[in-house]
Amino acid sequence: MIPIVYNVRSVARRPVSTALTALGVGLVVAVFIGMLALANGFRAALAKTGSNANALVLRKGADSELSSGLGRDVASMVAADPHVANGADGRPLVSPEVYVLIPLGKVFDTTQVANVVVRGVSDQAWQVRSNVKITEGQRPTSGRAEVCVGKRLVQRFPHTGIGQTLHFAGRDWKVTCHFSAAGSAFESEIWGENEQFMPVFRGEVFQSITFRLKDPVAFDEAQRSLQADKRMTVDVHRESDFYTQQSQLLGQILRILAIMITSIMAVGAVFGAINTMYAAIASRAPEIGVLLTLGFRPASILLSFLAESAFIALIGGILGGLFSLPLNGIVTSTTNWSSFSEIAFSFRVTPLLLLLGVIFAVAMGVVGGFFPALRAARLQVVQALR
Amino acid sequence: MKYFGLILANLGRHKLRSILTILSVALALFLFASLRSVTTTLAASAQFGGARRLVTLNATGLVFPLPLAYGNRIKAMPGVTGLSWANWFGGKYGDGKRFFANFAVDAESYLRIYPEIVLPDDQKQAFIKDRTGALIGKRLLTQFGWKLGQNVTLQGTIFPGDWTFTVDGVYTPTDPAIGDDVLIFHHDYFDERIGRAGIAGWYIVEIDDPAHAPAIAKTIDDMFRNSSSPTKTGTEREFQASFATMWGNVSFLMSTIGLAVVFAILLVTANAMMMSARERTGEIAVLKTVGFSDTLLFTLVMIEAGVLAITGAVLGLGGAKLLYPAINFNGAGFLPGFTVATSTLIVGALVAIGLMLASGLVPAFRAARLPVVQALRHVE
Repeated sequence: MIPIVYNVRSVARRPVSTALTALGVGLVVAVFIGMLALANGFRAALAKTGSNANALVLRKGADSELSSGLGRDVASMVAADPHVANGADGRPLVSPEVYVLIPLGKVFDTTQVANVVVRGVSDQAWQVRSNVKITEGQRPTSGRAEVCVGKRLVQRFPHTGIGQTLHFAGRDWKVTCHFSAAGSAFESEIWGENEQFMPVFRGEVFQSITFRLKDPVAFDEAQRSLQADKRMTVDVHRESDFYTQQSQLLGQILRILAIMITSIMAVGAVFGAINTMYAAIASRAPEIGVLLTLGFRPASILLSFLAESAFIALIGGILGGLFSLPLNGIVTSTTNWSSFSEIAFSFRVTPLLLLLGVIFAVAMGVVGGFFPALRAARLQVVQALR
Repeated sequence: MKYFGLILANLGRHKLRSILTILSVALALFLFASLRSVTTTLAASAQFGGARRLVTLNATGLVFPLPLAYGNRIKAMPGVTGLSWANWFGGKYGDGKRFFANFAVDAESYLRIYPEIVLPDDQKQAFIKDRTGALIGKRLLTQFGWKLGQNVTLQGTIFPGDWTFTVDGVYTPTDPAIGDDVLIFHHDYFDERIGRAGIAGWYIVEIDDPAHAPAIAKTIDDMFRNSSSPTKTGTEREFQASFATMWGNVSFLMSTIGLAVVFAILLVTANAMMMSARERTGEIAVLKTVGFSDTLLFTLVMIEAGVLAITGAVLGLGGAKLLYPAINFNGAGFLPGFTVATSTLIVGALVAIGLMLASGLVPAFRAARLPVVQALRHVE
């Protein structure tokens, strides 16, 4: 075996070319990690929105809360269902909800309008959605025109501070609190009381009914009994499945984009790596001749050059990981086209992604180094030493 | 040019290396062109809109309808020359995996207000006369395998039930922003089936003079200010632009990625090109000895770098320009009228020239300045 020191020293002897190649690989890896972190963050925000222990009732055939509509009669029938859990006060944990989108101007540029979700909830909703926590202020009082604002909206939209007044649907709404919801899509919503929102928006109709399951395992049974009920035509979804499904369209687009872009980039980078290694080997032909004369086998020369290429790529991979780290936590926003609402989420650079990035880099190095290394191994001693 | 053979021979010596270099330049520029086109297409669709068309929506938000009765009051306003209305339907076809826009429109006035929707006159008449007829964009023919005259059934998501329409006409939009994957059908039929609710999702108002747009928009909004459904009126362009901004930072991210990509690949490529030039120190010394001038050598090395960069650019940019129309790409319906703009080709060409300079200048100067004696010492 040729000692690895040989490769490390060779690499160190041509610092500029090594640095350029490593930088190129690093940028590819950074884009790779960055794009997957974006897709990851988006999916995570929606996946965390729904709870496994909750069920969501929509009108049959509706594929989002926006397109659904349920009457008060359905709400009371669902509340009376035996699969619904009861709260500490003995009342069923059910939240019949009004769900609408309103246009809000952004802080930095009021001509940029986003469609923000306004959700009218029942008193129980704060218990049904166990991930929702009030971070500041007091919950809206029943019967008053008051709202609670998700914390991701606070920075980006004007008039969302506590004590300020938001104007929508032709009325003023006093902001009494801010809430967090473990990074989920709820944090991009405005919550108020359903009975307050009904008359100003769509009249006597709810868009969805969410309830806590008495036994999360018995979801199928609850689904069957509600969907079979002749008095109503509804679809019952597990809340977590519903929100995961809502993320599929855009999540898929982002992932496909990430894979497409990085694979084209990877091919380009591999071509570059092949060229660099060919050039490196061509200029070191005499060295290789010496190694062969000393009795090193062609196989160990192949291995040695592969290791060298992988080593350069590894430096690139680590660089790429470092480049992508500052992205972690950056908040961005886009429209989730499945629900047509704006959702804010953060890039999530996870250790797994970093590891993937490094593996990806090394793979590029090995692929790019293979043919040049093969050529090095096949050099004839006499020719190489001339 | 008598040195043509020499340049060709130099490029041909390491065939694999030259091909790989050209291909990686091509890939970089292909990707650059694709990503930049996403941004330019979004920007172009935000620019769409007849100057004489206004859109009136419910001020509370996109999902709230307006009373159908507003139509007559808007039509009677001075400066208004035409009016149509539409309602989002949101139907699914088949398993619903392929999203496409479908809405109910007041057929006759809609086709009059949108001359961009072009179809044979007999199909147009057939559609207008057929209450349960539908008009589809030509992409839907291939997307779902529909045929003219066929019955298609959509499942309503907002308005439940099975809705069957007869495909009476296939249109081709003259402006790509209209979208060629849209299904439209009669508002009257829609209204009847939902129990004469008398709603319109939005109004399209045609006015006599673009200069009157702000005044007319204000008059409309003022008229309905204190009614149950206040309105928000703007030019069609503003309406389109608000859709484009919904992508948020995504298009900014695209251009950042595009830059990173180009930079990364060009870095690696430039490096490889410089390394291969460095290998030939001895040769250049020999050429100098036989009387090649410094300027000539400088030019030869630069031309070699230029051939690599420009061939790559032609392949990459030309490939992008030809590929997308050939596969009829529209980003799964999100990027109607996706085209590689001329400005993208120009910027791409500039990048290629930049690459030629970045990768060629250093070796070219070295070649020109090379002291012959020293260089030849290394030659066996």
